[in-house]
Amino acid sequence: MAVGLSGFAFGVTSAGAGLTLLQTCALSLLVFTGASQFALVGAIAAGGNPLTAAAGAFFLGVRNAFYGLRLSQVLALPRFLRPLAAHWVIDETAAVALAQPDRRTARLGFTVTGLTLYVLWNLTTLAGAAGAEAIGDTDAWGLDAAGPAVFLALLAPMLRTATERAAAALAVVLGLVFLPVLPAGVPVLVAALAAPAVLWLKGRGPGTKGEDR
Amino acid sequence: MTVWIAIAATAVGCYLVKYVGLLIPAGALERPLVRQLAALLPVALLAALTAQQTFGSGSSLVVDARAAGIAAAALALLLRAPFLVVVGAAVAVTAGVRALGG
Repeated sequence: MAVGLSGFAFGVTSAGAGLTLLQTCALSLLVFTGASQFALVGAIAAGGNPLTAAAGAFFLGVRNAFYGLRLSQVLALPRFLRPLAAHWVIDETAAVALAQPDRRTARLGFTVTGLTLYVLWNLTTLAGAAGAEAIGDTDAWGLDAAGPAVFLALLAPMLRTATERAAAALAVVLGLVFLPVLPAGVPVLVAALAAPAVLWLKGRGPGTKGEDR
Repeated sequence: MTVWIAIAATAVGCYLVKYVGLLIPAGALERPLVRQLAALLPVALLAALTAQQTFGSGSSLVVDARAAGIAAAALALLLRAPFLVVVGAAVAVTAGVRALGG
């Protein structure tokens, strides 16, 4: 399963970034949102300030708030369950739950997907981190390419319209141009400004309003 | 120690942002501009991260075996290969190019 490989790749990448087994597993247990975890260990590997590194991971996690917003309407969870359910609000659980025809199956889908992925993600993280220590030089095995490949695989299905492609292209340019001149972890935050910049330009452009979804 | 600070900050931040989504009343974030921005932020972040982790080495830019690996991943994505194949291709090609001295 994709999540299994992703978890394994995260464990390996995190170990390669210099995090201990305990730190790697703590991330998967406590953060439990893949892209943010990859971003964090990437920033730590680059020698970034811990709070700058966390800021990049946080901004990647903001999309989960929008999943939560839609899930709360579909699942209608009792108030006392929400703090628990929140931990499982991620891409996959949202996709499954929101695809269900009624509340009962949505709740079931959310719970089953959340539990399965949580267990799988943490076990494969552990296997990856432990495996990486046994492997030794993870770069010789090309495992430092796993992180960016995961990002690219997450990004590809999002590039549906010209707006998204423009934001991605501008972010790549900003991210690379500022990499040598700004402290580690900051360039990616500058690159995030590509999103509002492209929306602003689109809003100003003649006759382009409402063209995209 | 600094790594634990980063882990704690990320864990708290990412949890709160998930929880907030479940708590706030429907409609609060339904303004089109907010929705568009929320959809576009991960696009920008993922694109920048892909580029940086492919070409970045400390604070300098290099073209090494990773570039070949990510090109292979991009090709696999264009061919609609499953996630596993995409990441596998990147890792295998990167390792292969390194083994050949690239």
